[in-house]
Amino acid sequence: MLLREVEYARPASVADAVRLLAADDGARALAGGQTLLNVMKARAASPDALIDLADLEELRGIELGADGTLELGPMVTYTQLMESAEARARPILGQVAAQIADVQVRNRGTLGGNVCSSDPTNHFPPLMVALGASFTIRGADGERTVSAADFFLGVYMTAVSPGELLTKITIPSGAGASDAFETVPIGRDGTCIVNAAATVSGSGTRVAIGCVDAVPVLVEPSSSEPDVVKEAVRAAQLDPPSDVHASADYRRHLAEVLAARAVERAAKGRS
Amino acid sequence: MEASATPATSRTITVEVNGESYEREVDARKLLIHFLRDDLDLTGSHIGCDTGNCGACSVIVDGTLVKSCMMLAVQADGSSVETVEGLANEDELVPLQQAFSDHHALQCGYCTPGMLMSATALLRENPHPSELEIKKGLQGNICRCTGYWNIFEAVKAASE
Ligand SMILES: Cc1cc2nc3c(=O)[nH]c(=O)nc-3n(C[C@H](O)[C@H](O)[C@H](O)COP(=O)(O)OP(=O)(O)OC[C@H]3O[C@@H](n4cnc5c(N)ncnc54)[C@H](O)[C@@H]3O)c2cc1C
Ligand code: FES
Ligand code: FES
Repeated sequence: MLLREVEYARPASVADAVRLLAADDGARALAGGQTLLNVMKARAASPDALIDLADLEELRGIELGADGTLELGPMVTYTQLMESAEARARPILGQVAAQIADVQVRNRGTLGGNVCSSDPTNHFPPLMVALGASFTIRGADGERTVSAADFFLGVYMTAVSPGELLTKITIPSGAGASDAFETVPIGRDGTCIVNAAATVSGSGTRVAIGCVDAVPVLVEPSSSEPDVVKEAVRAAQLDPPSDVHASADYRRHLAEVLAARAVERAAKGRS
Repeated sequence: MEASATPATSRTITVEVNGESYEREVDARKLLIHFLRDDLDLTGSHIGCDTGNCGACSVIVDGTLVKSCMMLAVQADGSSVETVEGLANEDELVPLQQAFSDHHALQCGYCTPGMLMSATALLRENPHPSELEIKKGLQGNICRCTGYWNIFEAVKAASE
């Protein structure tokens, strides 16, 4: 498919990238391109300029702090998440990355692109919410950090405004915590119909459900017992969409079942 | 700032394809698959879906398997690209290609270039994959004809 005419730049520093994004309302960051190029082919968006982040080594780091905090650069690919020794501090990251599509998509697709596209069926948004990740955003006026709850704002909408760049994703220490991810996808490693990411730790149980609303829905049941989890999901009064893959009723059902399974598996991993 | 950091609708790129270096001016909007097929006349890589789903356009860029319909040609600037044309030496098939022939791993052949590149990437990284690893390695490639079984057998044979 011939894309609409577009400008392209490959800056050598984050400062230059931010400057280019801020200078042109129609400029968009290009990460792995595994969503953006399809969006452009479909003419669902037609940016004036693509600012390719490929050369920005500072966005590719995977750093494990002494306290167990993981700092991930947004340009880290799914394949790198699966292979990184540091990222294994939170094994769920590589496990979820391994469930996305196929080798080719995993080689190009990035964690930053996954969360910035904020597609309600993507794998990483619910996981980021369950893990309590925070996001560092840089713009012309400097840097700020937002929580996962404030990062995902809507379908294809995040706290990253035009002219800004996501520069870091911080995952708090997993000490004493155990995580799990459950999904019913369309075919093996396909698009999720419903997914649920759970974290069970000393401070309680968090389960974030994806594909049932514009952004992940966080539920914090009072225990990890399946019935308690299901009841907590029911109390959230989900209003998921109906489509060719599943009715709203079936998605509501899956949300309860997958949340309970994810929490059960996370709790088992802890003991 | 360097020239590459100034937005432009086209730029001159240098790409090595199957060991040969090419310098070409390309539009920023041109997909890598179109650059290979239309500009370099390397029509071995196919376009099946143009949405990143079928894998017929799979090539190896700097050692990494990618779908060339999901990448711009300008993104490949400075890279080394391998396509199906680069596999055989002269007229002699490499063992993987021979295995595809021996095991009737193709019917119409449309998916074959992508299958061969995915299998090449897999076997380079993991010369003796398990059956599951072969299936996972080919997961991004769709075949409309063979039912996959013979493709799987061919890759297995090439890995033994
Ligand atoms: C066949 C296929 C199947 C797929 N299946 C799945 C699936 O099952 N689950 C899943 O989760 N995903 C799936 N994906 C999507 C894939 O995971 C994408 O890689 C991901 O959604 C986007 O990441 P990217 O690096 O390719 O980003 P891009 O496509 O380059 O960018 C996506 C968006 O994020 C913005 N962006 C990227 N990085 C930044 C940054 N640092 N700062 C600010 N904005 C930024 C871009 O401007 C763009 O708007 C699939 C893709 C394909 C082609
Ligand atoms: S043509 Fe590229 S994946 Fe189908
Ligand atoms: S042989 Fe026809 S698509 Fe695979």
